[in-house]
This record gives sequence, C-alpha cells and structure tokens, in this order.
Amino acid sequence: MHLMYFTEQPMSTYPAQEGLDFGATALMFSNKHFDPVSGSRLYNEYIEEYKLADKVGIDGIMLNEHHNAPFCMQAKANVFASILAAITENVKIVMLGNPLPLAENPVRLAEELAMIDMISKGRLVSGFVRGGGQEQLANGVNPAFNRERFEEAHELITQTWTREGPFRFEGTHYQHRVVNPWALPMQKPYPRVWVPGVISKETIIWAAQQRYPYIALNTSIESTQNIWKIYDEEAEKCGYTAGPENRGYLQQMHVAETEEKALENARQFRWMQGEFTGLAHPSWASPAGYSSPSNRRAFVEFSIGRRENPRGLTTFEDQVEQGRIICGTPKSVLPKIRRVLEETRPSIYAVWGNDGTVSHEDSMSCIRLLGEEVFPAVREIGKELGLNSPFEANAPVHLKYSTDLKTSAAE
Amino acid sequence: MSTDINWKTSEEPVAGCKMHLMRAGNGAPVLVLHHDIGTLDRTPFYDALAGKFDTLVPHHPGYSRSERPDWMRSVRDVAVAHRWLLSQLGIEKISLVGLGFGGWIAAEMATMAPSSVDKLVLVGAMGVKSPDEFILDQALWNHLEYTRSGFHDMAAYAKAFGEEPSTDLVVEWEIAREMNFRIAWKPYMYSQTLPHLLGAVRAPALVVWGDDDKIVPRSAGDIYVKNLPNAQLQMVPACGHYVDLEKPDELARLVTDFIAG
Repeated sequence: MHLMYFTEQPMSTYPAQEGLDFGATALMFSNKHFDPVSGSRLYNEYIEEYKLADKVGIDGIMLNEHHNAPFCMQAKANVFASILAAITENVKIVMLGNPLPLAENPVRLAEELAMIDMISKGRLVSGFVRGGGQEQLANGVNPAFNRERFEEAHELITQTWTREGPFRFEGTHYQHRVVNPWALPMQKPYPRVWVPGVISKETIIWAAQQRYPYIALNTSIESTQNIWKIYDEEAEKCGYTAGPENRGYLQQMHVAETEEKALENARQFRWMQGEFTGLAHPSWASPAGYSSPSNRRAFVEFSIGRRENPRGLTTFEDQVEQGRIICGTPKSVLPKIRRVLEETRPSIYAVWGNDGTVSHEDSMSCIRLLGEEVFPAVREIGKELGLNSPFEANAPVHLKYSTDLKTSAAE
Repeated sequence: MSTDINWKTSEEPVAGCKMHLMRAGNGAPVLVLHHDIGTLDRTPFYDALAGKFDTLVPHHPGYSRSERPDWMRSVRDVAVAHRWLLSQLGIEKISLVGLGFGGWIAAEMATMAPSSVDKLVLVGAMGVKSPDEFILDQALWNHLEYTRSGFHDMAAYAKAFGEEPSTDLVVEWEIAREMNFRIAWKPYMYSQTLPHLLGAVRAPALVVWGDDDKIVPRSAGDIYVKNLPNAQLQMVPACGHYVDLEKPDELARLVTDFIAG
C-alpha cells in the first residue's frame, strides 16, 4: 500500500462569526478577515507537521490547492511541493493536484513540476485536477471550457515531458509556437499521474482511459464502489483489468491517545462542509458549464433551493456510520480502516488528519501515531488483502506504456 | 397577449446548425435580438411589434430553441450568424431592435454592414465598458437572483415568468448562461473594440434605458450615444433592465414611433 498524510491547511484564525453572518466562506468572503501574522505561523506549523510525517515513515504527503477561502491556505500547491522537495528525505510528494484549467501556460507548469521532480530526486507524483467551480471564478477562468482545458493541458504537459523539443503545439485553448524547456522530469517516461475526484463520471472514465489511478475523495463506501464499477468497465474496454493499483481513497481520520480527544477533533471535519461556517453559494461551486450536462438539472435545482446538494453531504454521525470519517485510538481505528479497505480495496490510502481548529500539538500527535502505530498495521492488512500500490505493482505510468493489453481491445 | 398574431416558426440552417426563427406581421422588416437569458416564445412586446411590422425573432445560436455551435467563441460570431440568416431570407435592409445582450449583437451587426440597417434601437445594451460601474456579473448569482435584479417591480417579474419560474425555464437559463460564458466570458459582456467601430453606423439610433437598470449601468448608454453618429437617449421611468418585459407597451410605442418616423 501507499499510505499518505494530508491536510487542507485550514486557516481557522478568522473571526468565525463574520463568516456565519456573511453566510459563505468561499470566493466572496472578504480577505479583510485574513490575518497574515497567524497565516505565517500556520504555514510554518504545517511545514513542521510535514517534516514529522517524513520522519515517522509515512509514504507520501498529499498536497492540493484552493483559492479565496479559509478552508485551504495553499494557493499554489507547487510552492509547498518545492519546499518539501528540499526539506524531506523519503516521502513521495503527491500533488492532488494541480488544477490544469487554471493554467494559462501549461508549459510553465510542466517546467515547475520537472524542477520539483529533480530537486526531490524523483519523488514527485503529479496529480491533476479540474479545480472546483469557485476556483474558476477566483482565477477568472472560463468554467464552460473547464474539461476541454483540462484534457488539452494534460496533453501539452505530457508531450512537453516526453517529446524531444523544440516542437510546436496548436490546440484549441493553448497555442505554443516553441516548446523546448530546459527542465525535464527525472522519472521516466514521466512522474506518475493520479487523478482525484468526487462526482463527475467523465473524470472517472477519463482516468481509466489513461490508466491513471483515481483517488476517491472522502466518498461513502457505496459511492466508492460505484466509482470502481465505472472505472473497471472502462478499463476492460481499454484492454486491461483494473485492480487496487488503480484505486486510491482519501479518508478523514483523526487518531489520538484517547477516544474522547479523537472524537472531539474529528468533529472539526465538519468545519469546511458548511455546518459551522457555510461554504459556497451553489452557483459559485457549480458555475454554468462546469459540471457535466447529466448533472445540470440537479445543480440548477440545488442553486435555487429546490433540492439538496447533489454532492450529498450529510451529518457527522452519518459520515462516521458510512466510514467517511474515522476517529479513535491507534487500536480502535484499525477495524474501521479494515472495513473500508475490504469493501473498497484501494492501494493508495490518504489520511486527512485534521481540520478546522485542531491544534498543532494534536496534529503532530496524530501524525506520530499514524506513522508509528497505525500505518505499520495497515500495511500488514494491505498485504493480507493484496492491495499492491502502483509502485509495488510496477504499474505502467500511462495506458500507452502498457505491455499487458488484451489483444481484442488493442485491435 | 394578442391572439390574432399568427407566429410562424421555422428552423433555419446557419453556420452548420439550426437556428429557430419566429416571424409574424406585415410591413417593414424588424429584427428583434433577445436577452442573455434566451427568450420566451411569445411576449406582449413581440406581439405589439408584429402588429405593425414584419417582425423576426430568431433565437441566438446556443440559446432557447436554437442549437449550440460548439465552435462559436465571440458575440461577433453571433452577429455574423444573424447576418447570414438575413441574407438567406433575402432581406437586404432591416431595422434592428436589440434587448440587453441582444443590443450588443445589434450594434455589432450595424458596424459590420452599415448600409443594411434602417433604424437601430438599443435597449439597456451590453457590449461597451462603462467608465464608472460594471455590468452585473451573473456568475455570482443564481438564476432567480439574476433575473429578479433585472426588474424594478416584482409584479412585472411574476407576470413575465411566474412567481416561481418553472425548473424547465431555469434550466433553459442555465444553458443560456453557459453560452454567455462561452462567448463573452472575458472581458465580461463587452467588447474593447466596439466603441471605436460605432462611428461606422449610418442608421439613426434610439438608445433606451430603464431608469432602474441594475444589470447594465446607465453610463454604458451614454457611451453608445456619444459614439454612434446619430443617436438619441430615451429613459423609461420606474423600469429595470428588461424593459420589453416590464414596460412592453411603452417600449413598443417608442420603437414603433422611431422606426415609422
């Protein structure tokens, strides 16, 4: 298994009542409430936490980015990836990921990622995402071309990494007359690409077509199983059989020395989901053209208050029941983790360890317990269940590097 | 709504897709260009014009009942599609009535082929950048909030769309919004070059603005009046952005007098 640590890097030191009064804490919640002094402290605490994760033997650190919102302080995941490349020794730096449609110049992104791969001595996993709806608005990027830009930027970046330069690229959204960067990734053919997601069927199918592992972000066991069904069917059409090496899962889990402490801190996982602060106006989260047409009517109804969120957020108790949130002592969390692993069989397992106002001290304690007690036991469960990671399985980086495709599909 | 107006509908092949056209009435031809939320099939304003003129209401490509051309990238493309439609129908000279977003399209059409426009009417027209205020960003508001902001009087809103517009209608607004983003995302709902080209227009122009337009600032109207060679401004009191829906009789009278005059 590949076992990772993740934090959204919450910025919880703003006046919470202001967020409640405004009714949303994404996109339009004024940055007059942003305090750079506590921002500086928090960034440096997160760096300490990542260093500890490396030290206690966690396999990977998962990074992401969001904009205009206190729920995530990372505005550019590549900044933290660059820092980790230099100050950590062993962890994989797992970007989940760079929001490709936000890039006006994907070649520059390819250069940055190549630099990170070289500086980290080949420890980069370069995940790509579409970026949330409000990220498009926060960056002035057209939501109606989000998926087209995602796919085209991916094509340009992978060409930049693998094709001898100089070459010319004339796409629909990107035109580059000279592509020839003097920075190329150390890993060949290129760093592994993993694709995280929540709901869009198109993204699951696209990931399966590339043979990129898909990382289900904190979905219920039932939803996760549905995702694998879609992925597996597409994989068969492409000529391979998907397995645990194609599957990842992001788990909200807080581990503490006592059950009481774990439960108290786990409640903070509701912090960014709207229970305490509200999150985003539905029209911001799903601007026109951003979601797939098959979900259009549902999102329209949601945006005008005629139905519940199609993303299906529920109560804390429901999420604990569904296995989306796990909390407890190193001993008590294991059967709960086993249940998720048995029922969804991922080989990539990321633990989202804290959120909201969980203290630095408790976050450090959680990371230590994960690395020293929980993950060694989870690795044994993974071996027992045959959950080999893409690294252990030596899975191809992309479908086109496969050597095992079934001939009927290749014809 | 007048029942003696006999609207004929047709699907016109333009630029590789089907454009939905509604046409009724006799007399001088008038092309009505609808808002950024698409259009209802019939409105009292359309009926009033059809009582006086050969009135054509095509649905823009990508809006309401017209197909979306995936390749379309600008409002100028929409203007060319409408010019294509007119050529195909054999109409050489016509008056243009542009409503809101449709006003931008009308202005583009008038700059492209000045001698083909009889009279130009722009109502709360988008398309130019106001010096002091912004065109309301629909991306930040849901469809009910956005359309309501276009009315001065909510009773007029309810009369046009119902107290609670049907979900089918709101889905249509969502599809229209997606098309707005595809062709007018950046800069949002205006052209940086149009003001410099308005001097080409030869037709007399009437610029109409609701005095409570919360979607397109009044000062955008001043830019049109200043840059069009022969334009006059007419304010409509106690009226929002959707003048055709809020004050249909008053707008029909203004337009009729101006085109016939």
